[in-house]
Parts: sequence; C-alpha cells; structure tokens
Amino acid sequence: MKVLVCVKRVPDTGGGFKLTSDSMRVDTTNVGFTVSPHEECAVEEAIRIVEKHGGSSTVLTLGPQAAGEQLREAIAKGITSAILLEAEDYEFWDPAATAQAIAETVKPLGFDILLFGNESADTCNYQVGVRVAYLLDLPCVTGIKALEIQDNKAIAKRETKDGWEVYEVPLPAVFTVKEGINTPRHPSLRGIMSAKKVPIEQRKVTKPAPQLVRKALKKPQEGRQLEILGQGVDAVPKIIEKLREVGAI
Amino acid sequence: MILALLEISKSALTEASWEVLTAARDLAQKTNDSVTALLMGKGAQALAPTMKGVSTVLVADDHRLEGYIPDAFAQIASSAIAQKSPKIVIAPGTETGNDLMARVATRLNLGLATNCTEFVVENGALKRVTRSNWGGSLLEEVEILSSPILLTLQPHAIPAQMSNGSPPTVEAINVALSEKDFRVRMKELIPSEKKGISLTDAKIVIGGGRGMGSAEAFKMLEELASLLHNAAVGATRVATNNGWRPHSDQIGQTGAQIAPDLYIACGISGAIQHMVGCKNSKKILAINKDPDAPIFQRADYGVIGDLHQIVPALIAELKKLKGA
Repeated sequence: MKVLVCVKRVPDTGGGFKLTSDSMRVDTTNVGFTVSPHEECAVEEAIRIVEKHGGSSTVLTLGPQAAGEQLREAIAKGITSAILLEAEDYEFWDPAATAQAIAETVKPLGFDILLFGNESADTCNYQVGVRVAYLLDLPCVTGIKALEIQDNKAIAKRETKDGWEVYEVPLPAVFTVKEGINTPRHPSLRGIMSAKKVPIEQRKVTKPAPQLVRKALKKPQEGRQLEILGQGVDAVPKIIEKLREVGAI
Repeated sequence: MILALLEISKSALTEASWEVLTAARDLAQKTNDSVTALLMGKGAQALAPTMKGVSTVLVADDHRLEGYIPDAFAQIASSAIAQKSPKIVIAPGTETGNDLMARVATRLNLGLATNCTEFVVENGALKRVTRSNWGGSLLEEVEILSSPILLTLQPHAIPAQMSNGSPPTVEAINVALSEKDFRVRMKELIPSEKKGISLTDAKIVIGGGRGMGSAEAFKMLEELASLLHNAAVGATRVATNNGWRPHSDQIGQTGAQIAPDLYIACGISGAIQHMVGCKNSKKILAINKDPDAPIFQRADYGVIGDLHQIVPALIAELKKLKGA
C-alpha cells in the first residue's frame, strides 16, 4: 500500500492573533508552527495503514523551506519519506493552485490512498483534497472519521447528526480526514533523532494564475463585557445567581 | 442570474438553504438580477412550488438520487451552470455544500470562496466577499477573478427571511448521469447511539480544559451537570488529546460548535481553537486561576480561582438548595 498524506504549515496561534501592519498576514513573530489538527490525524492514519497493511507512506507539503520542520515531525512519528513543494509565498496560493501543484507532483507516483485534512485550520477552504481527486480522476470521500482498507477497496465512515454514513470506494482513492478518526501519537526521541537524517525531496513549483486574491485580513467584532464575579469559593453565590438567571436551577 | 444550490433533508429545505435563498435575493436586488434555485434529489419536485421569491426552480428529481450523491449532484449542478450561465452561484457552507461546490469548481475550473459572511457590491456588481478564516476568529476579504463567481455561505451569517413574492416557475432539468457519477455513494446509515443531552442541544454546557488535570476530575463536572436543568459536559482539544474525554466531547474548531444559554468554562485558557466552538454561547462564565488567561477577554463573567475548590463548593451549595 502506498499512502500519501498532505499537510500545511500553520501558525500555532494559542490564545490570540496579531496581524501584520499591512493586514495581509497573521504576524508570526515569536509564534511556533504546527499542522492543522485534522492533518495530524491524517498523518497518524497513514502510519497506521502502513503498520497494518505494509508498504510506505509519504508526507507532502507546499510551503516554505521552514516547513521541513513539519515534514520531519511526521517522519519522526513514522512516515517513510517527505516531499517539499517549495513556495515561500504559500500563504497566497489559492486552493486551485495548490491542488494543481500537488496533483502534478503525485500523478506519476502511483499512490493507492491519498489523505488530506478536511480543511486547513487557517484558511478553511474545504477543497484542496477534492480538487486533487478530480485532477487525478479518483473517487473522493470528504470529512471521514473512520477508514478501513480491504484488498482493493476502502470503507470510509462519516459522522453526521443522524449517525454514521458508510461509503465503500475502490482504490486508489482520496479521503479528507476529520479529527477524531484516531488519537495521534507523539514522536519518540529515537524517531526525532533518526528523522533528522532522512532527506527531504525538494521540488520547485510555479504558481498558476490565481482565481482568488486576498485583499486583507481583519478581526471580527467581539461584543462581550467582562464582569468579575469574585475570587475563589467566595464567588459561588454569584455563580448560583447567574445559573438562576438562565433557568438552570 | 444568480443560481442558488439548495439542500434537502428529511423532505424539507435545510435552514442553511433558506439562508442561502435570503442572501441570493439580497444579491439579486443589489445587482438588479433574478434568482434561480436548483433542487436536486428525491422529493425536489414536491418542494419546488413552495419557494416564493425565486423566479425559477430547476428540478432534478430522479429515483436514483436518494440522499447526497456527490459526483452525480456535481454533474447536475455543473450542467445547470453551463446551460443557464449564472453570474453568481451560491450554496450553503455546510459539509455537503462545501463538498458539492468544491467538485463543481474543479469540474468547471473555477475559483471557489467558501464560508462567506459578507458581500461587497459596487456599481451593481459583486466586487469582493468576506469569508471565514480560522473557524471564524479571523475574516478574509477576497476578490474573485474567475467567472461565474462560486460561493458558499457561512451558516448563521445571514438570518433566513421568508419572501412574500409570487410562486416560481418550475422547470425540470435533465442531465445524463453515468455509472461513474455513482461511484461514491452512501451504502448504509448506522443510526447514532448517543444517550443523554447532546452538546449542541444543551442549554447549559460545562467545559473542562487543561486545568482539569485528569479524566477523574471530569466526574465533578458530570455531577455539576446532573444538578442543573438541560446541561451537558464538553472538553477542549487538550483534554480530548490527553484521553480525558472522547473526541465527540470536543468543543472547538475541529469539534462541536455549541450555542447554549450559558457556557461554563473550567480551567480553559481560551485558545482560538476552542473559542471558535463556543463563541455563539449567549453567556460565557470562565473559572480560571490565571487572571491573565485569554479567556477572560472573551467571557461575560469571570471567576478567578482554582476550579478544584470552586466546583466542589458550587456542587455542595446546589445540593443544599435542592435539599431545602
């Protein structure tokens, strides 16, 4: 089984955002980076598929040189190899452009299973995986929370309000994964050390003409006014009062 | 013409679809245009005449189209766009709506702006959209260069309004579907076995974060919930990733989006990832021992102190009240 998993380097935002002075980007001075939660689970799923069925797994990102950090973290967890599609201006690639570069790269590599996150944490476009599937003429199931491989087919499940929707598709196929499909492992110290020696395959890519162009980022209005109810257990009567106000008691 | 792609669930239009129709009518008025709706799937024919304020409803009602069949629906929608040449195509920014529009966009080689919240119309033309980033904690202004303009609408961004307009003309649309259009389709639905009040239905939600410290500590939140009307317990990503709670309890960008009357956040710092999931709560009450925790900037009520003392004291007081 040859498994591909695509990830995106995103700022680890924690409690808040600062925007750059031109409002075009999130200010990442003194901010760490990670991959989106859905993609962490996609990486874990790729490792588990290969552990169970054999084969190899490849992690791919379109991003800056620095995104090697995210690729090495995936290798440290158990991914076999890594491809970096070099694009320092990756934040300004629209989903169609990103999908085109990924599809062109992976087409000759013959993967059986291609995993993506359902949507990236930052731009939330919900479409790179679907676009890659169409460009490669492969079936695609989005938003899955369970995946089982049987010979040349896959059983994928989506969780909805009404229950679990079960899909069966022939391989090769594309899946976009949601957090909850598994609990991602942490890399071992040995994994981290050996990942440093794995070479990352770097490829140059050319940005196609954009269809969407970012004009600015802005913060939404936040309309809450904080009232301090008190310190420690002394606040209990005030909490009870608030519970009464909403009919909880 | 503005084409609205709508969703049917349990023989009715979804709330998100009514919101899309409202946005489409508003855009049509500002751009001096008309609204055509496309209804796909079993039951579409019966629903079409109820759609007031729409000039035409295109209907693709076929016995094979039971439930959402991604590629077949994308094929029908792409054909409708090719035949009718709309200026703008808009669909709900739901899981199904985004899945469908991504497929349509790729088939037609067009850009797609998902989860839009605002539209800027200048001189009778749609110039820019504002769309949701980071689950709604940032907004992105985007210019769309490809035409027709493909959009999905962020659910709840624009409240649905009913129109008193005249009933629409209903037109059947016939699109040849191949075997391949059915290669991705639901095989079965395993009904959910969830018990108790769901996080999204509860009026009071009690959330626990890193400050809980263990799976064991969540028992007191369960006890607190049992003493309140219509309450449920949720958790942050840190808590679910640590295995203290199942992922289905997660509130956040990659978990449940809740909107209770009161959200009680215990030992939660207020990471963006989490706040996106609870920002629609009517009131937020935060209990945290760190007065500088970011959650206090996004809460209505703050209690500064150790939840491991405050929650048990609160439980004891509630029990006293119940006994009285």
